[in-house]
Amino acid sequence: MAKILFLLALMTSFTGFGKEANAEVAEEGKDIKTEIDAYIQHHLKDAHDFTLFSYTDGEGNKKHVGFPLPVILWDEGLHFFSSSKFHHGETLAQSGDKYYKLYHSKIYRTDAEGTINYDADHHPTNIKPLDFSMTKSVVMIIFTGLLMFWLFRSLARSYNKNDGIATGAGRFFEPVILYIRDDIARSNIGEKRYEKYMPFLLTIFFFIWFLNMFGLTPFGVNVTGNIAITTALAVLTFLITNFTGTKDYWKHLFDPLGDSMPWYGKLPLYVILIPIELLGLFIKPFSLLIRLYANMQAGHIVIMSLIGLMFIFKNWIGSPLSFGLAFAISLIEILVALLQAYIFTMLSALYFGFASEEHEHAEAH
Amino acid sequence: MTIPRIVGAGLIVIGVGVGIGRIGGQAMEAIARQPEAYGKIQTAMLIVAALIEGIGFAALFATAEA
Repeated sequence: MAKILFLLALMTSFTGFGKEANAEVAEEGKDIKTEIDAYIQHHLKDAHDFTLFSYTDGEGNKKHVGFPLPVILWDEGLHFFSSSKFHHGETLAQSGDKYYKLYHSKIYRTDAEGTINYDADHHPTNIKPLDFSMTKSVVMIIFTGLLMFWLFRSLARSYNKNDGIATGAGRFFEPVILYIRDDIARSNIGEKRYEKYMPFLLTIFFFIWFLNMFGLTPFGVNVTGNIAITTALAVLTFLITNFTGTKDYWKHLFDPLGDSMPWYGKLPLYVILIPIELLGLFIKPFSLLIRLYANMQAGHIVIMSLIGLMFIFKNWIGSPLSFGLAFAISLIEILVALLQAYIFTMLSALYFGFASEEHEHAEAH
Repeated sequence: MTIPRIVGAGLIVIGVGVGIGRIGGQAMEAIARQPEAYGKIQTAMLIVAALIEGIGFAALFATAEA
């Protein structure tokens, strides 16, 4: 106990010392905090270019290392140009007779001086053109799609060549695929109907898993931490659930009590029950999309904040400590990446199971 | 306005922690009792933990935004 107290005292005194030493650059310290905050906020958003890192050179110029992506705008006509024209939001991009400016990773149309007008809540009132750009997320989605296509096509071919024996990457992916088939699909959907859901379940599992893992690379992609993308995935689950729903599923939704009660008994109950059932229909995919989005978003915020802490502490105790924490959280995030893909697939399978259930034992209720 | 938010976020984390902790603990007990049902218990545990986590995150975002 005394040792811990001593250690704590040592650490606080050291951090105090660090502060004192940095007293003259206190203002800069505050700058670093806002800069890190802006950096994290920027990272969480989709962007029009890949930025690996940025630094300030000897003359005080900010240099960005990365590569630009094409910008495709529809604004009274098609505009197509490279995002390097924006210079990371520092300059205006001219296309035709119109000027565009990046503001918080969103493109706004401005006049030739690049004025951005704000309303009372500090939101820009400039016109936002329809943005069909190849952003970071779009590139990563296409890349992951191609990767999955190539990977699993070549796996399928190698099975044909080797008489159904896994080789190479197949040795890694075969148990995963079998696990999804046997422990997710078969046990939740049922022996008879699981097969038609397998393509969707496998695709969504590997799609989410790969994108989660890419999110941990230094390319700074945050695809599954984007609520639009998780919404699209959850809507797919929602549509498949309801379009493959059997008669029993819909009957359970609108007539949950069945023949166990005369209609005048059911009526007052159904005033409450059916709205709840209908609400549940939408809450299920909603919780799916919020879970994936929030988990990935939170993970990225925590890792980035801990990395940012290293630059805030700038001493021999705080910085290694936050480095260690960032390292540990990164390891946990590798687990979370897999876990979230698993949970999404698992719950999708569970909902499919509910929808495709057929009551052979209806009398037993 | 910041302090109520921080307190609220703390309360959410306490609630979610207690919830997931209980699930984990009970699952451990169940596995100790019936080690052969390990797989099934683990699956059920993860699902329920994910449900609580989802609600917890939704609440956390509600405290962060607005």
